[in-house]
Amino acid sequence: MNRNKTVKNIPDFKLSPPVDKVGVEERVARFQTRSIKNEAKIQGLKMVLNMIDLTTLEGKDTPGKVHQLCYKAQHLHDHYPELPTVAAVCVYPTMVAEAKKALGDSGIKVASVSTAFPSGQSTREIKLSDTRFAVENGADEIDMVISRGKFLAGEYDFVFDEIAAIKEVCGKARLKVILETGELASLDQVRRASDIAMYAGADFIKTSTGKIQPAATMQVTYTMLCAIRDFYRKTGVKVGMKPAGGISSSKLALHNLVMVRETLGNEWLNNEWFRFGASSLANDVLMQLVKQQTGHYQSTDYFSID
Amino acid sequence: MAKTKQEKTSLSTNNKASFDFSGGWNYSPSPESISHVKLKERYGLYIDGKFVAPESGKYFRTSNPATEKALAEVAHANEADVDKAVKAARKAYENVWSKLSAKERGKYIYRIARLMQERSRELAVVETMDAGKTIRESRDVDVPLACSHFFYYAGWADKLEYAFPNRKVSSLGVAGQIIPWNFPLLMAAWKIAPALATGNTVVLKPAETTPLTAMLLAEIIHESGLPAGVVNIVTGFGDTGAAIVNHEDVNKIAFTGSTNVGKIIQKAIAGTSKKLTLELGGKSANIIFEDAPIDQAVEGIVNGIFFNQGHVCCAGSRLFVQESVANEVIRKLKDRLDTLYVGDPLDKNTDIGAINSREQYETIQKYIEIGKKEGAEMYESSCSLPKNGLFIRPTLFTNVAQSGRIAQEEIFGPVLTIQTFRTIDEVIQKANNSPYGLAAGVWTDKGSRIFNLTTKLRAGVVWANTYNKFDPVSPFGGYKESGFGREGGLHGLGAYLKMER
Repeated sequence: MNRNKTVKNIPDFKLSPPVDKVGVEERVARFQTRSIKNEAKIQGLKMVLNMIDLTTLEGKDTPGKVHQLCYKAQHLHDHYPELPTVAAVCVYPTMVAEAKKALGDSGIKVASVSTAFPSGQSTREIKLSDTRFAVENGADEIDMVISRGKFLAGEYDFVFDEIAAIKEVCGKARLKVILETGELASLDQVRRASDIAMYAGADFIKTSTGKIQPAATMQVTYTMLCAIRDFYRKTGVKVGMKPAGGISSSKLALHNLVMVRETLGNEWLNNEWFRFGASSLANDVLMQLVKQQTGHYQSTDYFSID
Repeated sequence: MAKTKQEKTSLSTNNKASFDFSGGWNYSPSPESISHVKLKERYGLYIDGKFVAPESGKYFRTSNPATEKALAEVAHANEADVDKAVKAARKAYENVWSKLSAKERGKYIYRIARLMQERSRELAVVETMDAGKTIRESRDVDVPLACSHFFYYAGWADKLEYAFPNRKVSSLGVAGQIIPWNFPLLMAAWKIAPALATGNTVVLKPAETTPLTAMLLAEIIHESGLPAGVVNIVTGFGDTGAAIVNHEDVNKIAFTGSTNVGKIIQKAIAGTSKKLTLELGGKSANIIFEDAPIDQAVEGIVNGIFFNQGHVCCAGSRLFVQESVANEVIRKLKDRLDTLYVGDPLDKNTDIGAINSREQYETIQKYIEIGKKEGAEMYESSCSLPKNGLFIRPTLFTNVAQSGRIAQEEIFGPVLTIQTFRTIDEVIQKANNSPYGLAAGVWTDKGSRIFNLTTKLRAGVVWANTYNKFDPVSPFGGYKESGFGREGGLHGLGAYLKMER
């Protein structure tokens, strides 16, 4: 796997390119007019399922809850033949061991949030040991949060160094960097934070924790995809994208795929380079797939709710 | 992929990095249904509130440029037909329309707008079939904008005295209107709506390659109960248009089309009392500064030149890019071109449709050959084209000289010329160094620079950080050989009024 090692020739992040919000909105509206039907829809929906990081991030999570989620991850809808599994299960560090055990050799990854998720308001040492704990428990992927306060205060070096430090602790685990775009206020800032994360070593950049609204709007995701495109052109290093939070309908997920296809091309259309962080998306996708097969919608009671 | 000189010398990019926009997940065909469209085999002229056979006895075929198959036969009006239409318009003006209260006039225009909305899907599909433009554009741009022109001018009908304070305004009489094939229904709306709102009656001639939506509009106007003769629609070729221009009882000519025909019209009416507005060709500059939001600018370049296959009088056909970002912009533009779908205009996912007519197709091909001969480097999108029909890949020319014909003459197709510049004075000079002056685009993050350029660019419309945005409220028109007079907004009303102190 092509992993993002910290790149040389770090740019001045104050000079990240400007983003025109109106232009982004228009571009996004164009993606949303794409009509995805028949074979393309079925293929797209299966891709969406395979890109989901099935997520539970609650204070009340228990090993039992995680165990059930892990079973669902492997058996999305056994009535439908040859369905893919989800990409990963995303949990808190304390649940990593349970998830690892439950998923066994299914090939589904375990992603763990870390660095004092979701606020990130803690010391460097605590963030590092939080991450170390998750990795030692077998996490394949680490979803860290950036220090938004420091970022908004213009302390880009601090944010950069923190990401680089976490990256070192990750070892073999892939690092997803959550920008929490809902707190960054403008697309210019989203672009700048994306650049910082990628140059500091992010393997994925991710929109949100899911705890703050707005989360993964298409405008924000598009801005981040453009940043990935530029980074790839400059360095030859691919970075993945994970919109998380707020994507609960198949239609929106398909429009996200359209956006990826037309911005980064087909090489990004797999779960190595694109993920959805979502908890309720899977069932809507399943419902649409069954509808394509049978011609009618089934009640939600026919889809398990783990 | 052809590499330009800029790419070869570029140090800042990783040339191994490329994007795959062709294989993998492709969208299934998604054609708009045409089952609800019932075209007649043959259309007559709409004169004096009736659909009548032409005195000429002649008809011509209009075809779908995406398939080159005939759609319907349409009447070819001659001088006698035009005379009938003008007489009907005069009679309606004298006896009915000029006597009606302004408020009642407004009601008819509102009614036309609402009926157009009701039949918007049909209008969009027929527009796409007859003109070759994509259903996405006819559905999302042409038809809604045409409706909003009627709504906008309907509102002015009873407020003319407030539109021009301290002036006594009155209608002109009979307006002869000749419209082009690039936005058939929209241009009909631009012409008819302000003429009716100001109390004039109309003889309108649509272009010979795109008469069908005008005939649907005639049906809508008929259904609206507009008094007979207030709007007359005559189809035909250049001779039909000439008959309108030369008719002695026409008070006003409004023409949108080529600069050559515009010149002929202006000569023809010299020495008469006819009022004239001309909206002609263009070779508009789209200017990208180094501090521009590049990804959005690239979208703006694409919308500027490839909107409606480049058949747009204000198309941003001359691109000026500041040298410090030229490599990046051109590379991104090429990537973007590879994601465009060219093909069946009725497919909802098509970005670029068919070239309007074989004649225009050949003109564009001729200019592409000229560009190659002039030594410019060509890049074509890698997209596939349908086997039949009139299609041209989106095309870029780099290393273009200001003195090249492709940089000077209007191509009216999906062909963009790219030039670089170093300083602001240089780009202002080059942008203005054209016989045309219809529109311009400026892309920069700096507000002060936008205002500086709007005062210096000799263009009727200057868009900042966007391109090809239209609204009935905003006047539109050109400098120099792009014509004179303004359409849209208050200015558009003034063109149909006599004003006295």
